[in-house]
Amino acid sequence: MSPTEFTPYPGLVGGILIGLAAIILMAGNGRILGASGIFGGLLTLNFDKNFVWRAIFIICMLISTAWFALFNGIAQQMAFGSTPMLTAIGGVIVGIGVYIGNGCTSGHGICGNARFSKRSFVATCTFMAVSIVTVYVIRHVMGA
Amino acid sequence: MQKLTAAISGLLFGAGLTISGMVNPMKVLNFLDLFGTHDFTLVFVMGGGLITTMIGYQLLLRRPKPLFTDCFQIPETKLIDAKLVGGAALFGLGWGMTGICPGPAIAGLVFGYSQSFIFVVAMSVGILIARALTNGRNGA
Repeated sequence: MSPTEFTPYPGLVGGILIGLAAIILMAGNGRILGASGIFGGLLTLNFDKNFVWRAIFIICMLISTAWFALFNGIAQQMAFGSTPMLTAIGGVIVGIGVYIGNGCTSGHGICGNARFSKRSFVATCTFMAVSIVTVYVIRHVMGA
Repeated sequence: MQKLTAAISGLLFGAGLTISGMVNPMKVLNFLDLFGTHDFTLVFVMGGGLITTMIGYQLLLRRPKPLFTDCFQIPETKLIDAKLVGGAALFGLGWGMTGICPGPAIAGLVFGYSQSFIFVVAMSVGILIARALTNGRNGA
């Protein structure tokens, strides 16, 4: 584990931008902004109208990330807390979890809670609690 | 116009994830480590995103329909079942193991770290396994 700096103002600005992204997608296309749903939709390889907007969303997200990273040095600060093996196992578990739970941090955590969905509230409480316990066990019980 | 909407939304989403620092897995882990490293940035990201979206949705969802499509596609199910809770718990487990959730995972690909690719490939495998097991009845 390595320390990271507490950056509330960039955090708040970034959060508001994520909120605006969610608002625009709902205002224009009537869609919830859920990263796992948008990405998962591409994996169906059904090349329909939904495939097109999802692909455009992901490509623009990648361009924007590359551009804004030029200004805050985040590319150099990137640090992984897991071994490649743990990352692979964690990735598979995340994929299964977001599919059967119908969403992740963006779809449930932001969009679902923003429309007062009880399902999203339950999902958010569950994944926050489990992730906090998981990090506690890995860092403080197993001492990784 | 639907494509333009998706483009602008994607640009803003990527900007938000990058400016907030959430693409960095260590920053997320250092928040989830409530009993250790105390980087509470994620609270401000989630809080800012949630409040902004809440205000926007309040105004939007009163309208009869979106600007460029026929209806708002809001999940109608209210069911709180084992699938929802179990899926969220699995997601929390994987998120806690890595500090990576789907949005930042995909955005982080542009920096070219091998771990980012490992995660996204593994996540794709996970989604496809889950889809196969549920016969595609359950779109995430």
